[in-house]
Amino acid sequence: MPDWEKSSTARVIPPARPRKLAKVPFVELADGRLQGVVSSGSDIERVYVSSVAAGTYAFACSTNNNRPCGGARGSFCNHIRALINEAVLQYGAERVARYLRVEIADGEPSAQGITAGVSATPPPRGDTMAAAPVFSRFLRHLAYLELATTTAPLPEMQWFPPTRVVP
Amino acid sequence: MVPADQGGAVMRADLLAGTIAGLDDALATVDAFDRILVAGLLRPQPAQAVGLTQLARALAGTPLASRVAEAAEKAAAGAASEDHFVALAAARTALLGSVHDALMTQVAEATGRPGSEEIVTAPGGQQAANLLAAGRSWLSDLARSGWRGLDNDVVSGSAQVVSAMLPDPALRRLATLLDGFAAELAASCPGAALERVPARRWADLWSRAMLLTLPGAADTPVTGTVTGRLLPLGVDLQEHATAVQAQVHAVFEPADGTVSRLVRASVSAPKPDTVVGAGVWQLLRPHMSLLAAVSEGRSMDLADMPVTAEGDLIWIDEHARPGQPADPFATARVALPTAADAAAVPLDRHPARIAVPVFLEGYAARKDDDALTFTVAGHPLAVDTDRIPAAGPLTPEAVAASGACIGLLRWDAGSFSVQPLAVETTVRKQAVAVHAGGWAGGTTGQAGVKAEKAATDAMSVLRERAGRLLRK
Repeated sequence: MPDWEKSSTARVIPPARPRKLAKVPFVELADGRLQGVVSSGSDIERVYVSSVAAGTYAFACSTNNNRPCGGARGSFCNHIRALINEAVLQYGAERVARYLRVEIADGEPSAQGITAGVSATPPPRGDTMAAAPVFSRFLRHLAYLELATTTAPLPEMQWFPPTRVVP
Repeated sequence: MVPADQGGAVMRADLLAGTIAGLDDALATVDAFDRILVAGLLRPQPAQAVGLTQLARALAGTPLASRVAEAAEKAAAGAASEDHFVALAAARTALLGSVHDALMTQVAEATGRPGSEEIVTAPGGQQAANLLAAGRSWLSDLARSGWRGLDNDVVSGSAQVVSAMLPDPALRRLATLLDGFAAELAASCPGAALERVPARRWADLWSRAMLLTLPGAADTPVTGTVTGRLLPLGVDLQEHATAVQAQVHAVFEPADGTVSRLVRASVSAPKPDTVVGAGVWQLLRPHMSLLAAVSEGRSMDLADMPVTAEGDLIWIDEHARPGQPADPFATARVALPTAADAAAVPLDRHPARIAVPVFLEGYAARKDDDALTFTVAGHPLAVDTDRIPAAGPLTPEAVAASGACIGLLRWDAGSFSVQPLAVETTVRKQAVAVHAGGWAGGTTGQAGVKAEKAATDAMSVLRERAGRLLRK
C-alpha cells in the first residue's frame, strides 16, 4: 500500500452514494450542521429548510419563506427525520454520526440510532436565521446544472480519480 | 538492448524497476516543503526555516534561484507576501517537473515508443485579474494557517471566488481545482483534530492553484488541426463531488500518412454532488459523440479537429463522424507500438499527470488482501483497480482473471502502477473484452439499465427543483 501522506491522489472524501432525491433534494454536512432542504408533501412550490447542529443537536425547521414548521415544536418534525435518513443514505451512518458527534448506544451506527441519539434529551430549538444561507447554498448547488460542459481539457482533474471504496 | 520476448507491443516492465539518480533527494526536499504547509507560515518555527532553505538550495543555479531564495527568507521570517508564496509554489512545481522528466525517460524506455519534441509555451491572453487575485489571496491565507490551522472560516473564503469563476470558461480549470480542493478542506475541519494529513496531495493542489492564478497560466492554445482516423483505446474517468471529466485515450492516424500519435479527447462538466454513477455519463454523453463510438467499438474519422501541442483534441462534434468498427485490443497490439507519445507543457510536468497508454499481455495476476499485482516478465507491477469507475462493466475481479490489459501507466507515492482501461478475460467460458468506460455512450444489460434509470430520476428531480426555485 503506498504511503497515503505521500500520495498525490490520496482519497480524502468518500464519494456520495446514490439516493432518491424526490423527498430530500439537498443534504450536506457543513457549517457545523447537518442541513438540507426537504420538499413539502402537500405543496409543490414549498420546501422546508431543516438543520441539526453538531454537538448541541439544536434543531431548526422552517419554509424557505421563513415560516416556522408546525411540526418542529419541542421535538423533531418529520422533515428532520427525513433529513437524517437521507444523510445516512448519502454519506453513510458512520460519517453522519461522527460529524454530529452522536454517541451510538450499541452496535453499528444507523439512521434510527442517530435520530434516537440526538433526541434522547429534548434538544434545544436552533436558530431559524440559518434557513436563508442553507437555502442559498441549495440554489448554488442547483446552479451547477446550468454551467456549460466543455471539451477543453482540465489537467487538474488528474488529481481527482474515482474510488470504488464506498463509505 | 534486448528486445522484449513477447514482441514489440508489450511494455517492458523490467525497465521501470531501475533507480533514478537524485529522485530521493528531490522528493525529500518536496516532503520538507510539504511539512511546512502542514504547520503553516504564520509563525514559522526553526524546522520550517530549514525546509525553506532546502527548497531554495535545490533551485540554486536555475532561473528561479534568486526569487526563491528571497521568498524562502521572507517566509522563514513570517513575512511572506503573495508574490513570495507564488515563488515557493513555482519552486516546488519545478522540482516535481524534474521528477516527472526523469520518470518519463524511464517510461519511454519501457514502452519503446517514439517521443515528441519539447513544448515551449508563451503566456496567453488576459483573464479576469480580480478573480485571480481573490483566489491567490485565499491560497495565501491557507499557507499562513497551514493544514493544522484549518477552520470553517478560512475554508469558506473560497466559496464566493469559486462561484464567480465557474461560469467563465477561461477560469474553469482554476475554479474546478479550487472547488474540489475546498470541499476536501471543509470536510477536514478542524485541521487540529486531523488524525493524518494528506501532505503531498494538498501541497500539490495548493501549488498548482497558486500558479494558475497567474494570468495566462491556464491557457491551452490550439496549435493546429488534424484530419485522419481516430482509434480509441479506452476511457479514463476523473471526478470530485462537483465536477467530472472523461478522457478518451486514442491513437490518431493522420490521413496524410505521417507518423501516428497518441491523443486525448476530453469532456467535462461541473455537477451537483448528488449526480453520481451513471449520472455522470448522462451529463457528458450529449456533448461528445466519441463516447458513443467508444461504447460501440468504432473508430471516428476526424476532419480539421483542433488539437493542442500536448495532443489534446478540442472536440467539436461537427468535425467528426463515425467510422469503421475498431477493436481497441487490435489498436493496442498493432497501432499503439509505433504511435508517438505526447509531450507535456511545462505546468503539466508533474508525476501525477503521468497517464501513459500501455498494453500488457502474458502476465500472472496475483491478489494479496485487496492489492492486485501483475507479474510482467518476472517484474511486479501494482494494478490500481480503485480507479475503475463503479458505473461501468469492468470490475477488479474481471481484471484479476484477465489475460491482456490496456491500461494507463501511472506513478504515485514512489512507485509505478497500471490503471486498467480494458481487459480481455473469460466470462462463462467465453473470451470477452470488458471496458472501464463501457457505459460511456449508453448501457445495455440489467445492471446498466437500472443504474441509468436511477440517474435519470435523480436528474429530473434536480431539474424540476431548479426550474421552480432558481429564477425567483
